[in-house]
Amino acid sequence: MFAYTLRRLTQSGFVLLVMAMLVFLGVYAIGNPIELLVNPQADEVERMRATVALGLDKPLYAQFFVFLRGALSGDLGRSFVFGVPALELILSKMPATIELALAAMVLAIALGIPLGLVAGLKPDGFIGRSIMAGSIVGFSLPTFWVGLVLIMFFSVYLGWLPSNGRGETVSLLGLQVSFLTWDGITHLFMPALNLALFKLSLLVRLTRAQTREALLQDYVKFARAKGLSQTRLIGVHVLKNIMIPIVTVIGLEFGSVIAFAIVTESIFAWPGTGKLLIDSINQLDRPVIVAYLMVIVMLFIVINFVVDILYSFLDPRVRLGQSSGAGH
Amino acid sequence: MPSNKLFANAAMREVTPLRRIWDEFAESKLALVGLAMLLLVMTIAVLAPLISPQNPYDLAQIDLMDSKLAPGEKSTANNSYLLGTDDQGRDMLSAIFYGLRISLGVGVASTMVAVVIGLTFGLMAAYFGGWVDTLIMRVVDIQLSFPAILLALILLAVFGQGVDKVIIALITVQWAYYARTVRASALVEKQKEYVEAARVLSLSNTRILFRHLLPNCLPPLIVVATVQVAHAISLEATLSFLGLGLPITEPSLGLLISNGFTYLMSGKYWISFYPGLALLVTIMSINLVADQLRDVLNPRLKK
Repeated sequence: MFAYTLRRLTQSGFVLLVMAMLVFLGVYAIGNPIELLVNPQADEVERMRATVALGLDKPLYAQFFVFLRGALSGDLGRSFVFGVPALELILSKMPATIELALAAMVLAIALGIPLGLVAGLKPDGFIGRSIMAGSIVGFSLPTFWVGLVLIMFFSVYLGWLPSNGRGETVSLLGLQVSFLTWDGITHLFMPALNLALFKLSLLVRLTRAQTREALLQDYVKFARAKGLSQTRLIGVHVLKNIMIPIVTVIGLEFGSVIAFAIVTESIFAWPGTGKLLIDSINQLDRPVIVAYLMVIVMLFIVINFVVDILYSFLDPRVRLGQSSGAGH
Repeated sequence: MPSNKLFANAAMREVTPLRRIWDEFAESKLALVGLAMLLLVMTIAVLAPLISPQNPYDLAQIDLMDSKLAPGEKSTANNSYLLGTDDQGRDMLSAIFYGLRISLGVGVASTMVAVVIGLTFGLMAAYFGGWVDTLIMRVVDIQLSFPAILLALILLAVFGQGVDKVIIALITVQWAYYARTVRASALVEKQKEYVEAARVLSLSNTRILFRHLLPNCLPPLIVVATVQVAHAISLEATLSFLGLGLPITEPSLGLLISNGFTYLMSGKYWISFYPGLALLVTIMSINLVADQLRDVLNPRLKK
């Protein structure tokens, strides 16, 4: 266990370094930010001064080492556009993204598990089939297209829900949140639903498959023979046993929800990190791009690591250390 | 002549593997609908220049005066457009036909290259084992722990835009799925006697790999590849929608949708909605076909 943890940590560090190198080299190879940042009428002296001030006159590897040293001390450079530290900028947008991602996850879990359970208990019934058909549609629809249709229907046609921004926010433990004001909730609902749809379909399918499998197990037959009520059987025995894979998937998928938030945030102009990334790419604000990617890669490494370790605690059948390439 | 007759009967009853696959495939009406839709979409994509009412990218054929006409609305020249026009006065129907061509082209091309790359690495990992296997599968594992959209975004942020860049990003995102799929089935096939027989005949590694192992690893690969084409098309559309995919000179469906998004709030829904519908039909039809193919080609579900 200790050796496994150590090896995973080394591997994670290596991945982070490779990503840092790739992202840094790549991002710094496109375009010249000076063209964007300095007044086009500025003379050569002015341009030189700005180049030096931004550290863009040094050779690439020197810039990378400066960046790496900074990164290790939590300094990922200053945004060219906003003039504030990139990391600070990203962290300031993080609560909005996390709120959106959590809202989407809550929606997906609250709808997905019951629907999947119903579909699993009655796989051949009309309701079960309809739920499955719905989940296939949910899988097929590209996120951005659903967002578009939601806006078309709820904002343009019905005029019920606002289509952009976070609405009114209130401070909760020092963080600005939307879900505690009515205005905030109306702003949050559509993006959260949009982001939840794919995970919802996934959870429906997973829960259904797990339920069907669990119903065939001996302990279920035994519980039935003991005369347990259907409610208790499903609510306690089945649910408890199908929870392990479901919890794992929820954990793993949280990262991907944050990644997909990039799309949803762009559609609904939700002021989170994803929208910041797209804006930064369009404005060639390199420090922010690099910092965002570093933060998200870090986040993924942590999530994957935690889920792997948790999984071995939840399910004693999983032996860590033998997982090399055997697939999940 | 009784023996001859018997022979003829046997020949008639003989079912080729392709015939069997088709028969099983046709058992699902939904899959047949999907296949019909897919064929229609593909025909449109291939024949776009011949069947479009106008060439939407020939400036001589479009009239800025006709911009943002609703479907069926009369234009200055007193003709109307079935699906309306966009902000440049382009006929949406033609733009969608051309967009389909680009979307499908990029999706299929990137999938094909990714299949070849994934196949090669997957076969190598399974056949040689040892450190080759460990190295390849470690890379696959690490790559698959990041969502495709994030990787594609990183690559496009790093390399910039363009058709070639998008295709490279899609290939990079996809190859790992194929490598994993092929490795899994090759590991099983490797244990079988025909491979041993080929070894005993001292055939070369390359020959065993590509002439003996490869054909037997194809069915699961075909299933994964079909699903992945839909993913690739959807991913390309998403990237283009975000403004990071294809350039404005190669307007895929995603770019058309993105272009119309600006006018959505003012009620000009058709500029965005119809390209979106075309994208949806394409992806849904591929998924329906893939779903049935998976059942047909899965040996575990054999009756």
